[in-house]
Amino acid sequence: MFDKPILQIKNLSKQYGEGCSYCQHENAKLERNFCPVCKTVYACKNISLDLHRGEILGIVGESGSGKSTLMKCLYFDEETTTGEGFLTDYFNGNENIFTQSGQQKRFIRNSLLGMVYQNPMLGLKMDFSSISNIAEKQIAAGNRNVKQMVDRSNALLDKVNISIKRSKEPPKNFSGGMQQRVQIAKALSSNPPILLLDEVTTGLDLSVQAAVLDLIKTIQRVMQISMIVVSHDLAVIRMLADRTVVMLNGQIIEEGLTDQILEDPQHAYTQQLVYSLL
Amino acid sequence: MIQVEKLQKYFTIHHLNKRLKAIEDISFTVKKGHFLGIVGKSGSGKSTILKSIYGTYQPQAGAIYYESEEFGNINILSATPREMIHLRKYEIGYVSQFLSVMPRTTAFELVEQSALEAGMNSEQAVKEAKETLKHFDLDESLWHNYPNYFSGGEKLRLNIARAVIKKPRLLLLDEPTASLDDASKLKVRESIEKLKQQGTTLIGIFHDLEFMEGLCDEVFTMQKAVVNAVES
Repeated sequence: MFDKPILQIKNLSKQYGEGCSYCQHENAKLERNFCPVCKTVYACKNISLDLHRGEILGIVGESGSGKSTLMKCLYFDEETTTGEGFLTDYFNGNENIFTQSGQQKRFIRNSLLGMVYQNPMLGLKMDFSSISNIAEKQIAAGNRNVKQMVDRSNALLDKVNISIKRSKEPPKNFSGGMQQRVQIAKALSSNPPILLLDEVTTGLDLSVQAAVLDLIKTIQRVMQISMIVVSHDLAVIRMLADRTVVMLNGQIIEEGLTDQILEDPQHAYTQQLVYSLL
Repeated sequence: MIQVEKLQKYFTIHHLNKRLKAIEDISFTVKKGHFLGIVGKSGSGKSTILKSIYGTYQPQAGAIYYESEEFGNINILSATPREMIHLRKYEIGYVSQFLSVMPRTTAFELVEQSALEAGMNSEQAVKEAKETLKHFDLDESLWHNYPNYFSGGEKLRLNIARAVIKKPRLLLLDEPTASLDDASKLKVRESIEKLKQQGTTLIGIFHDLEFMEGLCDEVFTMQKAVVNAVES
């Protein structure tokens, strides 16, 4: 009865370093995710997950657990070492997105995905006007109609509660919360079916966090976009995610319904994480 | 409708190196449209049973067979998260003694969203939300306020309204009347009776035995408080 997942990741791994006979052995003892022999770092190891249409999937874990590397691999900011990824909206889910040409990857990235980084510097050109930042993604996705792009960009700025009067200002003039909202507008501009959100509220003060979270929730409800939300903040995950995955040392150690993860955590690390919640 | 077989749940607390037994060898059956009341001392594991049925807890042994409209006879212990999300949206409701709400969401939006989630269109959802809030005597001046400022009783009534509006096939009630006055209890009772007439199956925990009387078709008594910590 369920649709095929909109995104399927199978055994995704990302390592920095060549690996050696020691760490490639099945039962190799690593120092967290670091091979003491050849100094290879296994940032993500055999990650498999599904994302369904309209669903918000949460990913939690401490710094260094591989959450952001996973997001970067999905958005092609990093080259995936091994593994497969399938998007229903890309050749009906029959082609591994990680082995496509650079041109195809750019198409997927610009048209089928939207990304919001923790650091707005990564997602925006700080010296360009906000409206051209948003238009940039539309141009990349193939739009050439200026009026259409201006209208769409203004509509999106309005949606994320930024006054159209300020659309010509560069993001460097904006506060942190506003920069995040411009990033969200940009990510949405090509109407992607999937949004990747990497620690989008980290570092913002509480009232601004609340505004960004409400915006994300509204977008999900109204536009039915699927999202992967990475956060080390369990309160954010509890508010947004239907299902949650817990990562530690580059691996998934536990996954399930969000309330199950929070109320009946099985793994020692997840318990520690939940007990840390104030 | 629902058949619980030899259910066993313990919590392994890694940091204390302890194992906490919550329930052991629990079995009962509830027929469609019936109301089962669970009674027992506090700490005897009553809530654990409800949370296991709702999928919040993962029991170690036993089975919970539920006759789903969508999936047929399904063992909740081996249902996938996707299946549980579907069941929670359309079939199984849960009312706890605490209201957990989305921050910055008004009482009305909360009930309306619940109706939308169950598949009503927006017009219908607004209509039903109004009716349900009226039924539970939640003052209209509160509708467009945040529940954080509500009294305990108002929160509880809102909590029940949110579950009832979905007209679930199975409703789990975890002491929903704990701090209500008699008038509010009566309202809860009325809506439970109405749900029963519509064919909803209910499992409820109540401290108020008087309240349960006449509502429940069967009563399940927890044998003994099995909670005891075991060094693992």
